[in-house]
Amino acid sequence: MVACRAIGILSRFSAFRILRSRGYICRNFTGSSALLKPILTMESKGMWQLFELTLPIQSMLAACKTLQEVTQLSQEAQRIVEKLEKSTKPIVAAINGSCLGGGLEVAISCQYRIATKDRKTVLGTPEVLLGALPGAGGTQRLPKMVGVPAALDMMLTGRSIRADRAKKMGLVDQLVEPLGPGLKPPEERTIEYLEEVAITFAKGLADKKISPKRDKGLVEKLTAYAMTIPFVRQQVYKKVEEKVRKQTKGLYPAPLKIIDVVKTGIEQGSDAGYLCESQKFGELVMTKESKALMGLYHGQVLCKKNKFGAPQKDVKHLAILGAGLMGAGIAQVSVDKGLKTILKDATLTALDRGQQQVFKGLNDKVKKKALTSFERDSIFSNLTGQLDYQGFEKADMVIEAVFEDLSLKHRVLKEVEAVIPDHCIFASNTSALPISEIAAVSKRPEKVIGMHYFSPVDKMQLLEIITTEKTSKDTSASAVAVGLKQGKVIIVVKDGPGFYTTRCLAPMMSEVIRILQEGVDPKKLDSLTTSFGFPVGAATLVDEVGVDVAKHVAEDLGKVFGERFGGGNPELLTQMVSKGFLGRKSGKGFYIYQEGVKRKDLNSDMDSILASLKLPPKSEVSSDEDIQFRLVTRFVNEAVMCLQEGILATPAEGDIGAVFGLGFPPCLGGPFRFVDLYGAQKIVDRLKKYEAAYGKQFTPCQLLADHANSPNKKFYQ
Amino acid sequence: MTILTYPFKNLPTASKWALRFSIRPLSCSSQLRAAPVVFVFKLYLKAVQTKTKKTLAKPNIRNVVVVDGVRTPFLLSGTSYKDLMPHDLARAALTGLLHRTSVPKEVVDYIIFGTVIQEVKTSNVAREAALGAGFSDKTPAHTVTMACISANQAMTTGVGLIASGQCDVIVAGGVELMSDVPIRHSRKMRKLMLDLNKAKSMGQRLSLISKFRFNFLAPELPAVSEFSTSETMGHSADRLAAAFAVSRLEQDEYALRSHSLAKKAQDEGLLSDVVPFKVPGKDTVTKDNGIRPSSLEQMAKLKPAFIKPYGTVTAANSSFLTDGASAMLIMAEEKALAMGYKPKAYLRDFMYVSQDPKDQLLLGPTYATPKVLEKAGLTMNDIDAFEFHEAFSGQILANFKAMDSDWFAENYMGRKTKVGLPPLEKFNNWGGSLSLGHPFGATGCRLVMAAANRLRKEGGQYGLVAACAAGGQGHAMIVEAYPK
Repeated sequence: MVACRAIGILSRFSAFRILRSRGYICRNFTGSSALLKPILTMESKGMWQLFELTLPIQSMLAACKTLQEVTQLSQEAQRIVEKLEKSTKPIVAAINGSCLGGGLEVAISCQYRIATKDRKTVLGTPEVLLGALPGAGGTQRLPKMVGVPAALDMMLTGRSIRADRAKKMGLVDQLVEPLGPGLKPPEERTIEYLEEVAITFAKGLADKKISPKRDKGLVEKLTAYAMTIPFVRQQVYKKVEEKVRKQTKGLYPAPLKIIDVVKTGIEQGSDAGYLCESQKFGELVMTKESKALMGLYHGQVLCKKNKFGAPQKDVKHLAILGAGLMGAGIAQVSVDKGLKTILKDATLTALDRGQQQVFKGLNDKVKKKALTSFERDSIFSNLTGQLDYQGFEKADMVIEAVFEDLSLKHRVLKEVEAVIPDHCIFASNTSALPISEIAAVSKRPEKVIGMHYFSPVDKMQLLEIITTEKTSKDTSASAVAVGLKQGKVIIVVKDGPGFYTTRCLAPMMSEVIRILQEGVDPKKLDSLTTSFGFPVGAATLVDEVGVDVAKHVAEDLGKVFGERFGGGNPELLTQMVSKGFLGRKSGKGFYIYQEGVKRKDLNSDMDSILASLKLPPKSEVSSDEDIQFRLVTRFVNEAVMCLQEGILATPAEGDIGAVFGLGFPPCLGGPFRFVDLYGAQKIVDRLKKYEAAYGKQFTPCQLLADHANSPNKKFYQ
Repeated sequence: MTILTYPFKNLPTASKWALRFSIRPLSCSSQLRAAPVVFVFKLYLKAVQTKTKKTLAKPNIRNVVVVDGVRTPFLLSGTSYKDLMPHDLARAALTGLLHRTSVPKEVVDYIIFGTVIQEVKTSNVAREAALGAGFSDKTPAHTVTMACISANQAMTTGVGLIASGQCDVIVAGGVELMSDVPIRHSRKMRKLMLDLNKAKSMGQRLSLISKFRFNFLAPELPAVSEFSTSETMGHSADRLAAAFAVSRLEQDEYALRSHSLAKKAQDEGLLSDVVPFKVPGKDTVTKDNGIRPSSLEQMAKLKPAFIKPYGTVTAANSSFLTDGASAMLIMAEEKALAMGYKPKAYLRDFMYVSQDPKDQLLLGPTYATPKVLEKAGLTMNDIDAFEFHEAFSGQILANFKAMDSDWFAENYMGRKTKVGLPPLEKFNNWGGSLSLGHPFGATGCRLVMAAANRLRKEGGQYGLVAACAAGGQGHAMIVEAYPK
């Protein structure tokens, strides 16, 4: 789960600011003539200016080739922050915007912290999400400030903490409400006001009128007391370590090292702690996992940009056809960004369900206090549920999410084109039907595009946009702009059967079926895949996607790609569908699903189906490791083929699509990063071994073979 | 007739207009009548005023006048009025008005009252109070609510009824009793009690009672915070003051000014709209009891009331919770004159505005003032008496800064230039809500009567009334002195 969460938060990551800040602090800190301005304003932009940053993190760390260099970097940062902490003049950190990673480490070394109570203001230590640890004293200071359990939670999950929560935890001392318009733009005046308040407190601290110590609640005092008992501490470490081991399955080294460093600091004193921190920081930054995660972070930043530029007309009115799981999900992520959205379905029952889904999604946010009930209601009023095409004449974009059936999609397209204005874009949310085939009946194919969302839409960050030969650039720009507004990470791929994501998944799924046919228990298969780093086991994934959908895709793509997508017998899926085992949605698939029951039991009725299709396992390629690699290499091979065929424009998009859309192990960084880090030659060797056993399905594609032949060739230079 | 002919008699050379006017019957179009009055009056003053001031009468629309208005003394909540109900206070204002104006009860066509926190027993408090005050039971009454501008809404509703010819005589007023507010059972408890009502058998009742939990007894207080933003008004005022960089000292100084001016007005007997109220079982209340001029040093000692510990809004620079009621008699001008009244003022153009309830909650006056002036064709310079509702010192000063800012006007009001500052020497000269008190539903009438009485006392033709209200709304109205 660490990994899953990791991906969710990566976007807000901005670490190691401290490393780039030394110029400012050192210079001013030793300069005695002018009174040091006792405020450090840490705001995303403000900080860049304030600290005159020049070196982006990548080149900074890239410049450090060896473990020693990285360790030194960390030690240097530790020294700078220590100077701040030991300052005789009170230093107040004024925090507006995200204060993450190095920013937080600077903040907690100050005597006092004041933050704006804004949704934008978040605090956290997301280093773990990059496979590293807080390397500027954070591992040592944080436990002292908020207590060991809370500090470990922050550092191990990398979660961002909102300002009001931070105040309760004791991470910040005061909150300042953001201001509205006055004599200056609100943001500007808020920062000014924050500084004014911070200066008052700095003066108060200097005059000893204000104590930097905070009153702790009873629970906090008790926890703090309990943590003074060595036995309790040991138990806490043990518990946390167990939990981390269970969740990371040993695939992510950072969390365990963080616990280690915190433990060292507490048990052996700060000096040992700081030393340990810098060493472990160096070790972690050098790991493959860290490189993979950092690569994903940069890829994600890339996929948050619109490479087509600004569209001619902003989409303000959106219409969605089909109020199913996908349609309603798309509506949910649109209305809360202020898009006026029409949700249309053919029947009132389906529409009701869809509207309720949107409402529930918003209401859950109210329960988590991310929204007020009033905001929920005003957001919900952006949604219009209807059964007819009223209002479509104003729509700037129509996204269809009707059932995956070409003739139905054709009918819908024609109906819609009769009512929408000329500039309106028609986007299809299909997972496998080629967009050009859908567009074949369109009067204006340049306005037709594919927008492939992933279920559940409000949780999955990926959006795969599919352009045909005829799709105009402005249509693409609009689609990407809408996707970005909806908060998605976007990859743009060329049209083709299965596009990129579905196409990569299909051969792997085929292999899943074969492995099951060879007599591997679904539970065993799940544990093999999760222990490789997939967030969801392979058999469970089929159940989640829906057996009927999987069958549909397998048949469609099987027809196009032929033998290469073979392996497992699709008959397995056909039989499951005929028995009504459609996966989670029907309550039975490989497993049995019951409302309110967490434990998953195997569906014993599957035994007869599996027995009837049983294949003899080939012992030379059936070890646990082989099973894992059979799945992964087929995935990777197909991904590389997509790049070779030009479906994918860049390897970075391929990695982002695989990790964010399909759950490819984040610790491997995506199929292309995996090839780079693991070695193309080794993968080709594996493929050849399986090819010998099973044939063409495992033939390495040309591009992969090229990479294997010339070891200097890398997807990421 | 006497006031109208008075200038005529003193006219050195009889103007043709004036001659024509003097023989016109009183029922002539108001515009024709009003214009010569001013003209004549000006000649009489022998061009003391060089600037021509027109009147705001509109062709084909009836003139609406305020005959007079009264209010009970405004008291800090929890003092002498604490055992009353809202309609008791409203009744006191109504009987005071009857006494002051001697209006025959049967000529009143309609009664409208404003109130904010409604007593559930008397949700149409206007009707209950009117019946109790001895108005005809044939006179309909309704209650309006629009937060702190409820009484303004009552007045302008009346203006609309008269101007459209539906009514001739209206009583408008407002009441608020903060000493007692409805505190409800929790929703769960209410549901249980309602279900119990419907339960038919003992078994059903027992099964319902078994669902009772002690936390059902937690009461629900009336909301003190804005429903849409969950922010209390004091908190918003503090943020507003900070947004406009209004300092604590400025706020304290302004509050001190309000209290000092109110004290002076009270001592000089200028607050003539106050009518004594014999509270049952208690002494007669004759004057407002919230006026307490203090010193800046004393005020500086107070801790912030809302944003702790560094905010600037304190108990001393905010209006206090107040009990009070007000009422005024408004009529069509010809009706008033026909009945032999000498009206105090015309009610002229008015304007309601609304804006963002989060960040601009209390900026109503800034938005409403320029709009109502433009509508009336007046400028700031034409106004002789400003009566603004003072919710908080910080709110008044923030409004001043907003009105004085080109940046704010351009970016938030869609204007090219700033609104301009009301001159302080014409501003709330007899104190304001900070010192006199602010019974939410009743303040609007107090503002209008203060403007009308000030124009009569200090001279001048136009008064401007403005107020902010919860929900990010605001109101402004022009009050024109009735020619003497």
